[in-house]
Amino acid sequence: MLDKNQIAQRIARELKDGYYVNLGIGIPTLVANYIPDGITVTLQSENGLLGMGPFPLKGKEDADLINAGKQTITTLPGSAFFDSAVSFGMIRAGKVDLTVLGAMEVSDAGDIASWKIPGKLVKGMGGAMDLVASAKNIIVAMMHTNSKGESKLLSQCKLPLTGIKCVKKIVTNLAVIEITERGFVLLEKAPGVTVDEIRNATVGKLIIEGDIPEMLI
Amino acid sequence: MNKVYNNAEEAIHDITNGDIIMLGGFGLCGIPENCISALEKKGVNELTCISNNAGVDDFGIGLLLKKKQLKKMIASYVGENEEFERQLLSGELEVELIPQGTLASRCMASGYGMPAIFTPAGVGTEVAEGKESRIFHGKEYLLEYAFEADFALVKAWKGDRFGNLIYRGTARNFNPLMAMAGNITIAEVEELVEPGELDPNEIHTPGIYVHRIFQGTNYEKRIEQRTVRN
Repeated sequence: MLDKNQIAQRIARELKDGYYVNLGIGIPTLVANYIPDGITVTLQSENGLLGMGPFPLKGKEDADLINAGKQTITTLPGSAFFDSAVSFGMIRAGKVDLTVLGAMEVSDAGDIASWKIPGKLVKGMGGAMDLVASAKNIIVAMMHTNSKGESKLLSQCKLPLTGIKCVKKIVTNLAVIEITERGFVLLEKAPGVTVDEIRNATVGKLIIEGDIPEMLI
Repeated sequence: MNKVYNNAEEAIHDITNGDIIMLGGFGLCGIPENCISALEKKGVNELTCISNNAGVDDFGIGLLLKKKQLKKMIASYVGENEEFERQLLSGELEVELIPQGTLASRCMASGYGMPAIFTPAGVGTEVAEGKESRIFHGKEYLLEYAFEADFALVKAWKGDRFGNLIYRGTARNFNPLMAMAGNITIAEVEELVEPGELDPNEIHTPGIYVHRIFQGTNYEKRIEQRTVRN
């Protein structure tokens, strides 16, 4: 079974040279720590930056330089600032190669629910609805089950949707799953996890074909 | 032509109860601090605020919330504010949550003289309820209208007496879009200079969009999530 850092590490293996990538808040942010050596990946922060660098050193924080999670950050050589319309323009126009975000639920049709729990405080969707509506390649990083042990991989989302038919791949603590027109296709299992455990933790339609390899991290 | 005002109090003197105002900023980054303080001091009420976020309890738009000066908030994300939550749950405050890119584009459309835009954000979700939609190239898009705002309050790094503005870092965010969208746009700047001192190649907001400008004072520029590496 993977921890949050290992989920991020596995997702980092999906990165390719030249990719422009938007990382959501939570586990997705950790992907930045595992960008493979020898390739150039440019991180987009939807509040108006391409070329986001690591957190600043103590004493070097700049109030005019934050990420979408409002954390202080730095820029890398070759970075660019722009306004919020340009930022979502590049997202809407499909210029961002990969979007990684967290979710509360994902359906086997690729629907995602990630922004609202009715009856509890609703904080808002931020940029998530824009991202999922336009991104060509969306990977969800999340735990396979919620804090009550219930599956987050469903046949239909129960929570209010963020977007429909948009998620392409899910990396959880248990498995790597691709979403196809047939449903969830199990691609890889986490070290020490059996196919049965993954089956039991998945409510939506899970397709298991042949031997399922153990994931490389 | 004189666009220069002495301070925030004078620049916002004619904002009145019930007005629709846009406020630039992302979180607390690039917010019009001086104008917000002046609105709080003036005690103007029943405002509709269009801004990406609603500040925190004791800073930004949170100051106006605390004094119950807001009737309605239009934003994309409103976490980090207990007073906001209280007023939302008690029904004192009307709230409209919209996708961040839609918020940006509805400001942009206004400044571009376009009545509406089509965006795929929110298709198939509760955001789409009651909205017109159209299919282009096999994909569904929602019709979203340009905002109309009585005033836009923006914050820039530098500006000149003609209203030309330059922003700094990610403090740019919604500011240039809202600057284009206000019936009256009020810009507060950290540094007010003479025409000619700013390089025309580097202007982000051309002065035609800016009706009033003043040199701000005592910027706190508070950091919401101070994060450092070891």
